[in-house]
Amino acid sequence: MSEVTLADICVVACAEIFSGAGEIMASPMATTPLIGARLVRLTTEPDLLITDGEALIFADTPAVGAKGDIEGWMPFRKVFDVVASGRRHVVMGANQIDRFGNQNLSAFGPLQQPTRQMFGVRGAPGNTINHPTSYWVARHSKRVFVDQVDIVSGVGYDKADPQNPAYRDLNIHRVVTNLGVFDFGGPDHTMRALSLHPGVTADEVAANTSFEIAGLAEAGTTRLPSDEELRIIREELDPKGLRSKEVPQPEAAK
Amino acid sequence: MATDKTSSLDEIIGELSSGMTIGIGGWGSRRKPMALVRALARSEIADLTVVTYGGPDLGLLCAAGKVRKAYYGFVSLDSPPFYDPWFAHARTTGAIESREMDEGMVKCGLEAAAARLPFLPIRAGLGSDVRTFWGDELRTVASPYDDGETLIAMPALNLDAAFVHLDLADKHGNAAYTGVDPYFDDLYLAAAQRRYLETDRIVETEELVKTVPTQRLLLNRMNVDKVVETPNGAHFTFAGEYKRDEKFQRFYAESAKDPESWKVFSDRFLAVDEAEYQKQVKLWQEEQA
Repeated sequence: MSEVTLADICVVACAEIFSGAGEIMASPMATTPLIGARLVRLTTEPDLLITDGEALIFADTPAVGAKGDIEGWMPFRKVFDVVASGRRHVVMGANQIDRFGNQNLSAFGPLQQPTRQMFGVRGAPGNTINHPTSYWVARHSKRVFVDQVDIVSGVGYDKADPQNPAYRDLNIHRVVTNLGVFDFGGPDHTMRALSLHPGVTADEVAANTSFEIAGLAEAGTTRLPSDEELRIIREELDPKGLRSKEVPQPEAAK
Repeated sequence: MATDKTSSLDEIIGELSSGMTIGIGGWGSRRKPMALVRALARSEIADLTVVTYGGPDLGLLCAAGKVRKAYYGFVSLDSPPFYDPWFAHARTTGAIESREMDEGMVKCGLEAAAARLPFLPIRAGLGSDVRTFWGDELRTVASPYDDGETLIAMPALNLDAAFVHLDLADKHGNAAYTGVDPYFDDLYLAAAQRRYLETDRIVETEELVKTVPTQRLLLNRMNVDKVVETPNGAHFTFAGEYKRDEKFQRFYAESAKDPESWKVFSDRFLAVDEAEYQKQVKLWQEEQA
């Protein structure tokens, strides 16, 4: 087996987002978590539901961009029913994330006259208040991990009202980046390092994050893919290597 | 014999007036009623409030300066460059007032209007800046039961008019989608006072019901006031019988970058009627080949 790449490691870290998820809908919104969700479906989580990103539920677990046999129908209106049911785990992108897990993909600047317009809040408010939500950040930087997000699209822990049970399902499960794996298990539900990818140092993470990350010094090393996982990633799910476009190999490791 | 509702684009636009709240069906750059949007963009009507899962429909109306206020879950072209340039321009210049909301809140608000309810409770929106976008216009409601929950009271999104594009229809307003997703077009019409359907093809009722499985007959006569035949009317978004015109959509987005290129685009594709638009699109496609 040839050299394991950072992109391979990120795929496996994204796959582990879904460990123990059971029979729910996995909704990855970018290439790396999409390969991760399909990898875990082919290994330890066979009951996950996955879709073609349009309106069809796959029976098969096809390669990125490929068609496969289907097992059901999931038009957008039914996606909102699934969101409200809680039987879903979404992996969204983020233009900004703060230490409590607030996320922005809407716009930068003032709400009614932004300096840069992105998508608007999309399904982020409904996702975060209803079911497990994780984030994938391909380029971990201070511009993404900020002290305060400009617009709260995805709800963070400091926004939850403990007196109101409507917030009971808020669960920001993981943040996977090109540097490591994080959760919000730090003091007061702040961002905490679970593992750093091989070759990544605590200093490097600190230098690329605007706020202090809990447990950074103690964080272990993200596990390497097994031979079987590597085979599935390279031969079945991403033979064209699209993951490496999202996560380029760092110069030092080449 | 039920009413013949066939009509022209101009007849439909003639029933609208400035200041109206208009819902636009489809989703992002998918099965948008673009022929009706183009007709509205070149009309004298202005000062609109638009309710939409936004795509280039909202972009074109912003480019024409028709939008005062927008209610939306997102705005996306669904393919690169993803962010609609004219919506972005309207936002960054402060030209429109936004009532941005969670995608699920749009469906909820249309359902409330369809059922003639003042609001429906929903979790989505709690704790997020959707509250800030709306201010006092969006309030919460406490459950009267023992659960102790306080939820968003999503107000009904009542529409003065709604536009949708379906792939196949009869002249009475029965209509079907032939693609993979109905989107929310039935809800838009159910939430509106005046209901306008554009379709790629008008056929006899008998042919309509033979062509599609019955579950695809999304609209019945009670949902529709006027129907207009607009072959390729959803262009450059996709519809049941044709794909998104990705090249043309990119051309649209690139043309928005400076006033000169926009004038070229606008003179050729927007200042003209629908027949001329379709003719120019064909010519443009040949030029690109």
